[in-house]
Amino acid sequence: MIRVENLTKKFGDFTALDDVSFDVEKGEIFGLLGPNGAGKSTTLRILSTLARPTKGTASIGGYDIVKDDTEVRKLIGIVSEKMIMYDRLTARENLWFFGSLFEIPSDVLTQRIDELLELVQLTKWKKVLVGTFSTGMRQRMNVVRALLNMPRVLFLDEPTLGLDPQSSVEIREFVKKLNRENGTTIIVTTHTMVDADMLCDRIAIVDHGKVVALDTSANLKKLISGGDSTILKLGVANLTADLLETLRTLECVRSVSQENSTHVRLIARGDDAFDSVIDAVRSKGGKIASIENLQPTLEDVFLHLTGHEVRDSADQKIPLERHRRFGAPQRRVR
Amino acid sequence: MGAKTLLSHSFRIAWKDILELYRNKLGLVLLIVMPLFMMAMVGFIYPTGGSSASNLPVAIVDSDAGYHNSTITAGQTFTSVLQQINSKTDMMKLTTATSAADIKNLIQRGDIEGGILIPSNFSASLASGEQGTVVIITDQSNPQVSTTIETLLSSVFSEMSTMMAQHNVQALSPTITANDSLAIVQPYKVQTQGVVPGAPNYFDFVAPGIMAMVVMMSVMTGLPAAISQEKEVGTMDGMMVAPINRLSIILGKTLGQTVRGLFQGLIILVLAVGLFGVTIQGSIPLVFGLLLLGVFSFVGLGIVITSFAKDQQTATMLMMTLMFPMMFLSGIFFPIQQMPWYMQDISKVLPLTYASSALRKVMVLGAGIPDITTELTILIVFGVVMTAIAVPVFRRMMTR
Repeated sequence: MIRVENLTKKFGDFTALDDVSFDVEKGEIFGLLGPNGAGKSTTLRILSTLARPTKGTASIGGYDIVKDDTEVRKLIGIVSEKMIMYDRLTARENLWFFGSLFEIPSDVLTQRIDELLELVQLTKWKKVLVGTFSTGMRQRMNVVRALLNMPRVLFLDEPTLGLDPQSSVEIREFVKKLNRENGTTIIVTTHTMVDADMLCDRIAIVDHGKVVALDTSANLKKLISGGDSTILKLGVANLTADLLETLRTLECVRSVSQENSTHVRLIARGDDAFDSVIDAVRSKGGKIASIENLQPTLEDVFLHLTGHEVRDSADQKIPLERHRRFGAPQRRVR
Repeated sequence: MGAKTLLSHSFRIAWKDILELYRNKLGLVLLIVMPLFMMAMVGFIYPTGGSSASNLPVAIVDSDAGYHNSTITAGQTFTSVLQQINSKTDMMKLTTATSAADIKNLIQRGDIEGGILIPSNFSASLASGEQGTVVIITDQSNPQVSTTIETLLSSVFSEMSTMMAQHNVQALSPTITANDSLAIVQPYKVQTQGVVPGAPNYFDFVAPGIMAMVVMMSVMTGLPAAISQEKEVGTMDGMMVAPINRLSIILGKTLGQTVRGLFQGLIILVLAVGLFGVTIQGSIPLVFGLLLLGVFSFVGLGIVITSFAKDQQTATMLMMTLMFPMMFLSGIFFPIQQMPWYMQDISKVLPLTYASSALRKVMVLGAGIPDITTELTILIVFGVVMTAIAVPVFRRMMTR
């Protein structure tokens, strides 16, 4: 459905995207995971015809994103990180305006707007100014707006950014449903592991403008576990420095990190990893309070591949002043 | 994509913009208040026709020594006639001072704006058949007031001279009537007549200019502001991902701003006619046609600036920098003819000059299209050239 070949984007001397290539299958949910400034949004902007590549090509549904941009636009919908809607227009007016820019007959559009608003439980608010909506409502509007033209490819740029956990879940469920029921191909950028893990069929890990790994979540995790590694979280009531040192010197243990005064996280290899670790603790007189066998997280994978954490720069981006334009404090409906 | 779809998308975008504007109640109020302020300001602080001064404090020193032993000196006569004339018009507030040094002192302290000095040999000169000299002392620190006083006093004195001469002629030959004596003293009489009936005031001069300016300013500042705001907020992306021609975005935005501008123009027109007594001689459709043409000639410039400015603030500042010289150099508040030649040359390349001049001809003089072909041609050429530059620049800006 989507084919990206050697895509490069430069802003002056800065290379935002460096020779990126990947394919996305029809009906797939494809994730771009990486910290801010990694080039996720730039990729999305180029694919959605909002920016032009410096080098390389890309096509959506067989249409070139530069030469046939109008055809591409008919196929896609974009949920931008910024809310694309007008505060001084009502929910319905917003949808009507954006919908009318596509060639949709007005009776079809009217019906579709009603359906979409119903889908995200905003029917009650359809005649209310969007400026008075809560962040969660606005984000639902933002998603629905992108669906007006029944896109075959939907781009989502940080769809859960700045949302509370409940709203995030709602959005994720909605996207999954859309993919399942309509077969919409979805490309989502995110820097949160949960989004990537729970949503995506395949994930491309992006860092410094390059795709460093591309696979399913499970396969990516195998990169770190290497097949026979186990991640253990050990609770020891009387944890000592001596005990930690002993664990480090064990042959089967690859890494040890102390999480707090009683818990240790370690990666061990081999079939007898459990036994060796427990024996070692006992021999030093340690009392095992708990033992957990953990799955590697995408965070571990990211750290393993790039040498730094995703979180490093990501949290700064949450826009605290999102409503600045409409004036604070906000009157919230709901 | 046909022209029809292009236009229909433009209309939708314009309609959306107007709806947003309509919902912004404070903005709407300001839309009306701004032209009202502008009209009131220029109207009330500027001299309005006829006598431009009232109650200027002026001191008079009569040091006339008289001639031989006449009981009334020529200086006293002069002073009393001056007071007589002044009591009719109240242009000056006359006080007396003791000497030239005293007048100087009073001016320095700011108590008076000017002084009149009748020298000691005033009576003697007149009696011996010479001209009597009256000295006017002015306040150089305030050139405008001093010019006003100078003009005012000169005209008063010349009137007095005429009266005196008339009197003398009649004294020489008693058979001559008052009218004949006036004809001998002042053989030429001036009568001013305008092209249209009535005496136009300053509002008549300034209203067309303000209209042109406000409409153009609203488009020129409104367009970059509206576009860069949508870029900043992100809503521009929403339009950009729709399968519409980029031109319809700019066209729609322009249309929205034009409606806003024309609405303001209409407010000014209503205020000018209703509140400030301006009479419109020409056709009103032609007035609005001209305003539209003015918008067309300015839009390109607005688009170019929008394309260069990265955010709303820069765009507005850039616009202001351009608008300011235009406001003052386009002959809206001050006639171009009053400016030094180099400034006149600059004003000749500003499109607003022609827009306001054409508008003035139509509104004040009742001119028709044939009378303003020069202005029309210049505005059209300017608009076409700017649009030709603007469209490719805008297209490039939109897909970076």
